[in-house]
Amino acid sequence: MSRGVAYYILGRFLQSVMVLWIIVTLLFLLFRLAPSNPLASYIDTTFTKQQEAALLARFGLDKPLGEQYIIYLLNLLKLDLGDTFSYSGKTVLDILGADLPNTIYLTLTSLLLAYAVGVLGGIAMAALRGSLVERVGTTFTLMTRAAPQFWVGMLLLTFFAFQWKLLPSSGIGPPMVRYRWETEWDKLLSPVFWRHMILPTFTLALYLHGLPLLLMRSNMLEVLDQDYVTMSRLAGYSEWRVMIQTAARNAMLPVLTALTLGIGYSIGGNVVIEHVFSWPGLGRTLVRAVQQADYPLAQGAFFLIALIIVFMNFIADILYSLLDPRVGASAQAQVS
Amino acid sequence: MQQEAEVREALPGAAPAQFRQGSTIRQLWETNSEVFQRDKMALFGLCVFAIFAIVAIFAPQIAPNDPLTPLKNSNGDWIKDALPYWLAQPGDDLAEGYTNTFLLGTTNIGRDIFSQLIHGSRSALLVGFSAAAAVAVIGTVVGLLAGYYGGWVDAILMRAADVAFGIPFIPFIIVISAFLDPSIWNVVVAMAVLLWRDTGRVIRSQVLVIKEQAFVSAARVSGASDLRIIFVYIAPSILPLSFLYGSFAIAWAILTEASVSFLGFSDPETISWGFMLQDAFNSLALSREAFYWIVPPGLCIMLTVMAGFFIGRGYEEVLFPRLRRM
Repeated sequence: MSRGVAYYILGRFLQSVMVLWIIVTLLFLLFRLAPSNPLASYIDTTFTKQQEAALLARFGLDKPLGEQYIIYLLNLLKLDLGDTFSYSGKTVLDILGADLPNTIYLTLTSLLLAYAVGVLGGIAMAALRGSLVERVGTTFTLMTRAAPQFWVGMLLLTFFAFQWKLLPSSGIGPPMVRYRWETEWDKLLSPVFWRHMILPTFTLALYLHGLPLLLMRSNMLEVLDQDYVTMSRLAGYSEWRVMIQTAARNAMLPVLTALTLGIGYSIGGNVVIEHVFSWPGLGRTLVRAVQQADYPLAQGAFFLIALIIVFMNFIADILYSLLDPRVGASAQAQVS
Repeated sequence: MQQEAEVREALPGAAPAQFRQGSTIRQLWETNSEVFQRDKMALFGLCVFAIFAIVAIFAPQIAPNDPLTPLKNSNGDWIKDALPYWLAQPGDDLAEGYTNTFLLGTTNIGRDIFSQLIHGSRSALLVGFSAAAAVAVIGTVVGLLAGYYGGWVDAILMRAADVAFGIPFIPFIIVISAFLDPSIWNVVVAMAVLLWRDTGRVIRSQVLVIKEQAFVSAARVSGASDLRIIFVYIAPSILPLSFLYGSFAIAWAILTEASVSFLGFSDPETISWGFMLQDAFNSLALSREAFYWIVPPGLCIMLTVMAGFFIGRGYEEVLFPRLRRM
């Protein structure tokens, strides 16, 4: 790794920290300067002035705004996201810590499935360019991107869970089973968990496969035009070898970057799928927190999702600069 | 959507240098008509929007009933969960004293589903087109200013775009709807605040190329002001790109509005397709296999979203000709 690339990575890292700081500040202002007091739904009309003041003091809302902001930033650095309103005795971090793994399992499994199907499908569509299969396939993929995810989820639920009773309709497992999962490991080794994951994963993957497929297809068509592909054809390599070993390998790079970005944005976009399948993840918690006016929890969930997105954007940038030397070079010019 | 823009920028075929320019209003008009003449799918998309627009305008005349009022039969009983008349058997009538004329049946509290579907086109088109207009206008102006002026203007606007790229979109709408009154306009506001980033970045990179061209220097030498150069000389060349992103934005806005309504953050007094699906989901239409309730709103969303996609792709093929032969 050259010095230019190292400087570029450092620069992008500092920039990501700045972006995160601005997002966090906006979040603080949004929640504090909102027209209604964040505790409004918890202050009963029967409260005395003292009780009200005590409640405000407990959440630190009696201090000046500037001081609240400093405390908020320091707490974030310590990953202290405060207490929830609606789950008594639990911190925001407890709740989000339990949700995050579920969101990650669902997202990663769906993405892997979607990108595997997407890359292979993209190669196939490029190979079959102009044929009827290609036209039908591409139209189908466009339809999966246009259909609302929650609606596809509802249809699958109606068939597989209600009509044919093949798969569970919601959650990650019945309470009796969940009770026995002491660690994440137990959960991951449980067939019950995976059975519950089939429908949400399939729904999400159906939506996600479109981007890698269309991207892979157009990259393949681009690469197949290059001289080195013609050369390997002329050298007498089989069509299979030309497609897979020569063309597909080069067409894959942008798809890998898209996958990295996809991890971040899917975690943020899973809200709807988690809601349909009552999947106990970050998105469902965010929806519930907002519905129940649990501001610390909503703020914490939003922060965590933004953190993941900013981090994955950073990783995608780095990956791109390592894969494409031109980015590093121009970055070097910018830094010096 | 976020991914799309990044990815589109990374597409080899979409390199700015191949971008075909139309520098006058007339050429702009020609580009637009070329899109719809050349690409039958784009034309199909345009027709879909036209049909839904007519339905939306004449919704009160087309819809047989009020979409929000639960209906009663002549005995004064609510007509709950009526099947569509083409599915109902003579013995199925829940209450005597009414003739089943419901094309798509009624909801669990006796609202006419077909009338809701008709009225839902209003929210979809209203949100779709106003959000797309907001995104395209803000993104275009940001891109023009950042690209033309460069320096600190560019630095500030592009850092703002970085921030916008770091904010999760659907969670953002959910959080702001905690503070705003439920309304379909929340989606428009959220899209305007966040989604200009894609359009802005692409248009900026395009302006960087155009401003080096001879006709811009000529305008500058002849004493045209900066604003005149930006909006009279440069803007017409990049407007087709704004239309491209605008068409995709219509699709995303309709999809987003549906998702937000489905999650229950929309105004319960405004019927939208997402709201209908939320209603069906919450009243357990799924376990009753009430396809007549679940399928039509989703199909309408899919059709309008695809129309936006098709028009966007039509622009892409005309603007980036190398993509065409694919």
